[in-house]
Amino acid sequence: MSLRLQAQSLACERDDRWLFQDLDLDIHAGEIVRVEGPNGSGKTTLLKILSGQLADYEGELFWNELPMREARDSFLSNLLYLGHAPGVKAALTPLENLAWYQALAGHGPDEESRYAALEEVGLGGFEDVPAGQLSAGQQRRVALARLLLTPRPLWVLDEPFTAIDRDGVAALEQRLVGHARRGGCVLVTTHHELSPCAELRRIRLGGGGDDVGV
Amino acid sequence: MSVSEGTLAKEVAVTREEPRGGLAVAVWATLKRDLVLLLRRRSEVLNPLVFFALVITLFPIGISPDPALLAAIAPGLLWVAALLAALLSLDSLFRADYDDGSLEQLLLTPQPLALLALAKVTVHWLLTGLPLALMAPILGIMLALPAGSYAVLAISLALGSASLSLIGAIGAALTVGLSRGGVLLSLLVLPLYIPVLIFGAGAVQAAILGDGVLAHLAILGALLALALSLAPLAIAASLRISING
Amino acid sequence: MWAFINKLRSPKWFYAISARLQPWFWAAALILIVTGTIWGLAFAPADYQQGNSFRIIYVHVPAAFLAQSIFVSMAITGLVFMVWKIKIADMAATVMAPFGAAMTFVALFSGAVWGVPTWGTWWMWDARLTSMLILLFLYLGVIALRGAFSSRDSASRAASVLAMVGVINIPIIKYSVDWWYTLHQPATFTITGRVGMPMEMWLPLLIMVLGFYSFFIALVLTRTRSEILRRESSKRWVRELAEEVN
Repeated sequence: MSLRLQAQSLACERDDRWLFQDLDLDIHAGEIVRVEGPNGSGKTTLLKILSGQLADYEGELFWNELPMREARDSFLSNLLYLGHAPGVKAALTPLENLAWYQALAGHGPDEESRYAALEEVGLGGFEDVPAGQLSAGQQRRVALARLLLTPRPLWVLDEPFTAIDRDGVAALEQRLVGHARRGGCVLVTTHHELSPCAELRRIRLGGGGDDVGV
Repeated sequence: MSVSEGTLAKEVAVTREEPRGGLAVAVWATLKRDLVLLLRRRSEVLNPLVFFALVITLFPIGISPDPALLAAIAPGLLWVAALLAALLSLDSLFRADYDDGSLEQLLLTPQPLALLALAKVTVHWLLTGLPLALMAPILGIMLALPAGSYAVLAISLALGSASLSLIGAIGAALTVGLSRGGVLLSLLVLPLYIPVLIFGAGAVQAAILGDGVLAHLAILGALLALALSLAPLAIAASLRISING
Repeated sequence: MWAFINKLRSPKWFYAISARLQPWFWAAALILIVTGTIWGLAFAPADYQQGNSFRIIYVHVPAAFLAQSIFVSMAITGLVFMVWKIKIADMAATVMAPFGAAMTFVALFSGAVWGVPTWGTWWMWDARLTSMLILLFLYLGVIALRGAFSSRDSASRAASVLAMVGVINIPIIKYSVDWWYTLHQPATFTITGRVGMPMEMWLPLLIMVLGFYSFFIALVLTRTRSEILRRESSKRWVRELAEEVN
């Protein structure tokens, strides 16, 4: 079955300021949706709402036609969220970091796929180095390895290109497009300009939220 | 466990169900991860113990080296010092996870957050409360604690510090998003520690006087049962608040 | 029930209804407290053991009642805020906290003053006073936590959770302190733990308690109203209101 994430007249008020109002979204499988807007326009907040972290919003969210409150468990087991911070423990090696994420996702220990995922993101040879000794870009890559390790259809990525070098950016962009073409769905915020493709769609958040357009 | 098959499937499919049996795997992995993390930063485990010994050293110096006097106040002193030592390490319980973003990830698993948080608290108790309980009898000797109360001291501390970890974790979860939460954490948590202190120190006192100790330990156990059933929910709710702070 | 909850969602409705309610509570508070004070201080008989110093009960007991009730109210409004997202509840909890702390302090202070003729000292580790002192720390914790957050929404939620955790702990703290007290000082004289007070003594006490509660309700209504204006100052109805006044 394919995936569908809908929002109806979504609005979010933080401390008496409307970040956005009357936002209608309909996100389908096979799409890359880029959320755009100036700093402080609520991009991260929107992603947090759409990934089920923030319950403090008005309007309705639907996951595969079901209200989010009922579908939360099923939604979360289809979601992969990468936030601003990579979520990588400095004292653990990339392998150990991934092992925890693998277990959190409900998978048993599978060292082979972890090695494969690290190899794929260009961290071959760094599997057993404590992540604290890796560069910021490499730590980000450890987080990105989860995209390969845990197959989830819906990706919600907040600034995934941060600290990544040019080759890495190209590879990640390829990966996003590939994911969409295979029936997945990507929701992303980024300052990096994504190269146009058929799958790409933009959502613009304005300051104050009055001029929201899709 | 029934892992959704086909890790390298070409088509991305939407799963309806979360993988069953995943909860045990996730809780166990969280336990293991936190244990490894703390054991790699051994000073974080040792600091509360050193603090405990140091505070106990201050009392004979500050009050009097008279063994009779020390013996009279030893149960309370040991309990208060252990309680403060356990408090010292609470601030870091969720902070590292908050700073590096893994707390967000913990919140986004389909598993119940309360149980994952409980795993983290368990590790805190294993590496703080339990060592403090084991160390207390040695410091008891130095305070001339009367014979016959040493086992009760260790047992009451082991039981009581589990409640302290659970209650303290609520405060730690509430203050994790604040840049200077340390002192505030003590202010929030210490009043809630008082019942545990009363019955913990009371147990040692009762052992010295030769009264029944079991009643005290039973109450400590009851407090722990209550904390075990309610605190994880409060911790989970507090973490969700803090992550959006 | 649901209609009422939905009405509570509207600060404007609350602002209007509270304007009609608050004069009654202020009047009741004034009448009851004045009556209770005169009756209690001038007409109630002196205590056969404590003489006239017992009359401080007419301040101490109502303040102690309020101190505990306000914490419970704070937990209830916190729960209402968390479950139904009713902002009024949080505004009320915000204004209750400092008042509750003040009442706790009044109870502690009057207890200490009472201690001078009764025990010959300003402070005894009496079970009630000790519980009251711990309650004061709980209040200070809630107030400090609310002040520590930069986002008011998070502050409100955090304070609500802490108030609920505190309210579960208050009976446990109370029982354990009582137990601790009897263990260390068996059967000494406690200042308020007495039975068989004659009616001429407890009737003014009852009036004082009711007066304090009316005062509490009136104060919360009035202060919630100004909190509404402060928080909703950007809303249209508040601006229209301001224009009318000018």
